Amino acid sequence: MNCRSEVLEVTVEARQVEEAMLALLHTILLHRSSGKFHYKKEGTYSIGTVGTLDIDCDFIDFTFVRVSSEELDRVIRKAVSEFKDALSNSGSDGMGQISLEFYQKKKSRWPFSDECIPWEVWSIKVNVVNLANEQERQICREKVGEKLGEKVINVVEVINRHEYLPKMPTQSEVDNVFDTSLKDVQPYLYKITYQITDSLGTSVSTTMRRLIKDTLALFMQSVTSHMGRTGFPVCNFSKSKHLLFTLKFSSQKTVAPSLKNIRVDICLSAE
Amino acid sequence: MDSGLSPQDKKDLDKFIKFFALKTVQVIVQARLGEKICTRSSSSPTGSDWFNLAIKDIPEVTHEAKKALAGQLPGIGRSMCVEISLKTSEGDSMELETWCLEMNEKCDKDIKVSYTVYNRLSVLLKSLLAITRVTPAYKLSRKQGHDYVILYRIYFGEVQLSGLGEGFQTVRAGVVGTPVGTVTLSCAYRTNLAFMSNRQFERSAPIMGIIVDHFVDPPGSGPRTANMGHPCNYRAPDDDDGGPYAGVQDSQEVCTTSFSTSPPSQLYASRLSYHPQAGAAELGHPIHSVCCKAAPLPPQGLHAGKEHGGVASNPAQPAHGADAHLAAENVANTPGENGGRRRDEQPSPSDPLESLNAFTRKIGAFVNKPNIQTAAGLDLPFAAFAPRGLDSEDSDPMVQPPDSPTCPSPLQASLHSQDSEGSGPQDDFVMVDFRPAFSKDDLLPMDLGTFYREFQNPPQLASLSLHISSQSMADDLDSLPEKLAVYEKNIDEFDAFVDMLQ
Repeated sequence: MNCRSEVLEVTVEARQVEEAMLALLHTILLHRSSGKFHYKKEGTYSIGTVGTLDIDCDFIDFTFVRVSSEELDRVIRKAVSEFKDALSNSGSDGMGQISLEFYQKKKSRWPFSDECIPWEVWSIKVNVVNLANEQERQICREKVGEKLGEKVINVVEVINRHEYLPKMPTQSEVDNVFDTSLKDVQPYLYKITYQITDSLGTSVSTTMRRLIKDTLALFMQSVTSHMGRTGFPVCNFSKSKHLLFTLKFSSQKTVAPSLKNIRVDICLSAE
Repeated sequence: MDSGLSPQDKKDLDKFIKFFALKTVQVIVQARLGEKICTRSSSSPTGSDWFNLAIKDIPEVTHEAKKALAGQLPGIGRSMCVEISLKTSEGDSMELETWCLEMNEKCDKDIKVSYTVYNRLSVLLKSLLAITRVTPAYKLSRKQGHDYVILYRIYFGEVQLSGLGEGFQTVRAGVVGTPVGTVTLSCAYRTNLAFMSNRQFERSAPIMGIIVDHFVDPPGSGPRTANMGHPCNYRAPDDDDGGPYAGVQDSQEVCTTSFSTSPPSQLYASRLSYHPQAGAAELGHPIHSVCCKAAPLPPQGLHAGKEHGGVASNPAQPAHGADAHLAAENVANTPGENGGRRRDEQPSPSDPLESLNAFTRKIGAFVNKPNIQTAAGLDLPFAAFAPRGLDSEDSDPMVQPPDSPTCPSPLQASLHSQDSEGSGPQDDFVMVDFRPAFSKDDLLPMDLGTFYREFQNPPQLASLSLHISSQSMADDLDSLPEKLAVYEKNIDEFDAFVDMLQ
């Protein structure tokens, strides 16, 4: 199955970043959260109730609806505020992107960790502007409010296409599909990541980090599949105790000349 | 069409659709009550929360919906519609939007009723929750109460969109396919809210003060008047504007500068005009700004945001000065009142908000808004009676700092910092809500209110009067070259300083 990817773009003032992100993320999560599942004996389950809450924005002429769950709100606020801080530290021409990814977990054979397979990714691109005077700010309040309204309509449109959704899981599988850590609602498993683009238009540190992480993940997957295919027995691995791999890659972009060629040494030890 | 559907499934599907229709109506009506909705999540299912969503059921609304449905279900050609309209205190009404729950023939035979359809209907309800906060009527409904109320009407059958005026837009909340057809939920909303501006030259008879307790609302009396709970006490005050001096963006001006009648009655009139509904007249005059040289103002941008006309903006911030502004200003608009004030307005019916913003942003001397010259000029009491020549250069000299942008900046900065915390149309000076705390709410000379009003607008400082300020401006201009020379000399220091900051 392919991962569905949607991109939303907004242009806001620095002080509106937080609320704009909250509005969009919460709108998406509203649709992607369900009540808590209660499994019953015969393999059936009942679903709890999701409440909703209207939130007025202070810096934007906009009101959005979010799920009535303080825990979830806290988590989202924390992520958004990290994003906001990163954005403001990056410089005045901040451009950044925050991504909300819904994924499923797929159990893998030991010793490799579970795979996270995304099935829907929402990327919200943010462009921060600075405004000179109060009049412009006032206009911006209203304009951003309208824009957010349009984005909400986009979100609703995409979601109502009713495309792929993970199958409803059995009790044992529920943690592979849903985030069951909250006590009042149950959103699909999700993760929020962000990246900041500096004014040169290329992302530096976070991209490199992700590059390494993703490459490693790919590598791990390929090793898994390779081992699976050749039937490399686990015990052999334990005999050797260490596996050392070296990854080399070079960066095409000249932004960070010192990172042009990278060699990554990975040492896997079995305990 | 039902051949593939088992009787149990059919029964379930009908039940789902019926309750979906009822819940849809609840969501829509609740979204237009003017209050924020808040329901709680519950991890244990209560069994009565349809679609796993906590949506309260307002009994009258359910009653109306059931009445409209009359035992039928939305089907092909039979749509359930909820029409939201606005009714002013004068009795004018205007349709704002029509929400339609329709069914078409496109069937999805393979879908599982009890499971997939149910979940998708639940998602559709969530989408409806989100979309109801996005259409223009939401903002209008949040501000209802004094000038206007929002009403709903439920009907079943053919969708009627003719009342929405030209150029209405449609937004779709979503679709859900079922084995008997596809359920579609959409909203058609009006974009042209111009009817208000036609009323500018009318003044209707005064409406005696009526207080409608919001807990008592008459159930739908007639097809168009099913009342929704008013979220706040509604008072339509007297419309007697006598001779308020007008041109006042500032209601205080009404009482301090009026000449016509005796103080107490004047105060009476003006006080009432603070309740931003100075009743009827007000609605008729959406902010046709008296004073704005509004044309150059930013406006089109504002237009985009709130082209909902004056009505939306009038009760903007209840109990804030902004209202008082509007009240007084609209009061001023009545023709023949003070021709003097109308000298250079350009009624721009399509941009009522621009004028609103012109007003609410007009303040005192130090803000760098050269466009609002006349507004600034009106700061001076009796300015309207000053010779015209004075008015035009009256744009506060401090507002046009000739070459040294740094001159007003400290003040500007401080004003800006005040502004930045505010929300909505702001006024840099504190606006007093003219219902002073602890004062008795009667209409005779009220000490506290009078006191506030009189001392709200102290006379201009001598140093700010025109003569002296123009002199000082001349001095400033002269001293400029010297200042510049000094700055240039110290340019290295400044650069070092800047570097240090980076």
